[in-house]
Amino acid sequence: MNDCCPTDTGIAVLESPSVPRIPGKIRTVALVGPPNSGKSTLFNRLTGLRQKVANYPGVTVEQHFGKLSGIGRSDLVLIDLPGIYSLDSYSEDSRVAVEVLRGEMPGSPKPDAVLLVLDSLHLRRQLMLAAPVLSLGLPTLVLLNMSDLMETRGGEVDTLALAQELGVPVAKISATHGTGLDAIAHFLGSKSDTPQAHHTIRLELPVMGNARSYRQWATGISTRTKYKAPFSSEWTRKLDEILLHRVWGPLLFLVVVIAVFQVVFTIGQPLSDGFGAVLTSAGDKIGTYLGHSWIESLLIDGVWKGVASVLVFLPQILLLFLFIGVLEDSGYLARAALIADRVMRSIGLNGKAFIPLLSAYACAVPAIMATRTIENKRDRFATILVAPFMTCSARLPIYILMIAAFVPNRRILGDFFGMRAAVMLSLYLLGFLAAFGTAWLLKSSILKTASAPFILELPQYRLPTVRSLSLRVMDRGKVFLKQAGTIILGVTIVLWILSHIPFRSDLPQSVIGHIGLWIEPVIRPLGFNWKIGIGLLSSVVAREVIVGTLGTLYGADPATQSLSLQAALRHDLTLGGAMALVVFFAFAMQCTSTLAIVRRETNSWKWPALQFAYMSALAYIAAFATNQIITHLF
Amino acid sequence: MSALSELNVGTTAVVESLDLPDEVGHHLMHMGFAPEARVVVIRRAPAGDPTVYSIDGFEIALRRETARHIRVRPQPDGGQ
Repeated sequence: MNDCCPTDTGIAVLESPSVPRIPGKIRTVALVGPPNSGKSTLFNRLTGLRQKVANYPGVTVEQHFGKLSGIGRSDLVLIDLPGIYSLDSYSEDSRVAVEVLRGEMPGSPKPDAVLLVLDSLHLRRQLMLAAPVLSLGLPTLVLLNMSDLMETRGGEVDTLALAQELGVPVAKISATHGTGLDAIAHFLGSKSDTPQAHHTIRLELPVMGNARSYRQWATGISTRTKYKAPFSSEWTRKLDEILLHRVWGPLLFLVVVIAVFQVVFTIGQPLSDGFGAVLTSAGDKIGTYLGHSWIESLLIDGVWKGVASVLVFLPQILLLFLFIGVLEDSGYLARAALIADRVMRSIGLNGKAFIPLLSAYACAVPAIMATRTIENKRDRFATILVAPFMTCSARLPIYILMIAAFVPNRRILGDFFGMRAAVMLSLYLLGFLAAFGTAWLLKSSILKTASAPFILELPQYRLPTVRSLSLRVMDRGKVFLKQAGTIILGVTIVLWILSHIPFRSDLPQSVIGHIGLWIEPVIRPLGFNWKIGIGLLSSVVAREVIVGTLGTLYGADPATQSLSLQAALRHDLTLGGAMALVVFFAFAMQCTSTLAIVRRETNSWKWPALQFAYMSALAYIAAFATNQIITHLF
Repeated sequence: MSALSELNVGTTAVVESLDLPDEVGHHLMHMGFAPEARVVVIRRAPAGDPTVYSIDGFEIALRRETARHIRVRPQPDGGQ
């Protein structure tokens, strides 16, 4: 795929006799650099771990630790840090980086050495960060990342001269292709190395620690080291001409979004159906071996039906993650934020808040973490509070299940856009509107502020690599399978047991039936029966659990045992109740992980409690209204 | 001297000074908007605001309300 040519690894500087080695014993090495300079890509290379990497500034928002096993130094710990422009902390993520670097972060050891990663395509500005970082006095190795790209685009820099200017070793690397990394091993020395004295090269750093003097200093160095900036890639500008066009820009944005939903149905649904058929027939086969016994009932009707009913959604969830991966890796996400700024302004936020909100389509937990890049605290809190309204992938199973069961697959706009995709799109829109409405409410009441400046760096477009996309999709698949194998498996076993005590009782007379009938009056007005009620209770842990619960309950009920879950639901629910259920899920806060992360990020129980109460009330009212309206209309 | 926000798309200018609160001003300076830096107006967002500027080879988007406080010296020759 790529034509990397590791002819010159660029570590020539290190052969010079004055190359400083790390003084004293080192244990911890920090990766420091400006945003989007490739620190996390390098971190993954050096540790063999898989921290999230993407093509926009601010992907990493907290410190990550890993052993340097990629270069055979598992005795050393590498810390990946959020990108910074300077050591003044302007936003929460940069505060994290600066505190770790200064050894002020609890639970994080003070780094003994620094790997300063600079994007060699933009060295002149990136060098500005070298001044404050070098003045920390830690042993430092400067890594000129993407140097292969710089050279193919006609850029140059004299690394030897740069090393002399900076007083520290400099190496050219490519984190993406893994070239030049032996310089890092060399810099860190070997395990048996005896510590050497601190190097004594006098380094002339700017006296005044301000941006202006750093800039003059950096410019001087780039000139003296004969830095020639590479040609910037023309196609970023050309693509932006279309993607940020007055008319085509927003239009293409919409087309992309609609296409995602259509593909989830047209390609994802047959895949899921096929996968479901395989799972069902496998369950039946195992069932015939077991014969009619309570073990068969537990394993097949209880556990297998419950877990399999969630598992079938794996193909669709992976497809969604593939799309999100393409958006994040290509560099389009920052453009989407730019397009959205105008709308975001009308609700009192800015375009930067749009990036976490878009990533909440995958999951609210990382999205809430990602709000750390929002500089204004009140804006950040407002974004945290509304992020769970964005339709996360855990809502996908119940949405797809109910839509496939109740909505006919009629065409609306030819083959391109069908009725099911339209209902799905409106559910996403509903979440989006709830998020926006709530943000507006918050920003015009308890979180009111003067508008914070919008400053956004637009990365150059990059073609997402097959490797990075498949890693993302695979990692996500593992998380989903793990969830099915632990939480959902556990819930289905408990449910099966509760639905069979007292022994030989009918489902409504069992413990679970009693609980269900006890809560039924509360949810009856929404058009839900008691089984849905149990599903709602169990989904407080995580949204997708409801599908497993329904699979188990309908599997345990003799009346619906032989039916597929979709048919059983059609048998048991009205259209009003079914649509009320998806609307309920669009609004309700059924996710303990999200509540926990909101508690952590806002440092108070007040906000998650408010969020839970508000979202639950909204969900109940909206589901009630939906049921009433649909029941009266149809 | 004029404000960065007043420049037309395609114009090149040199940054003179920033008249912004310290915190924002410093952040912008570290991002490249420092005195003597050359800035090019690249394009406006579809809604007409924010505007994308190129500085030091980076593209950075700013709203009009922020760019208004960046004083610049337009370069008549435009190009290099």
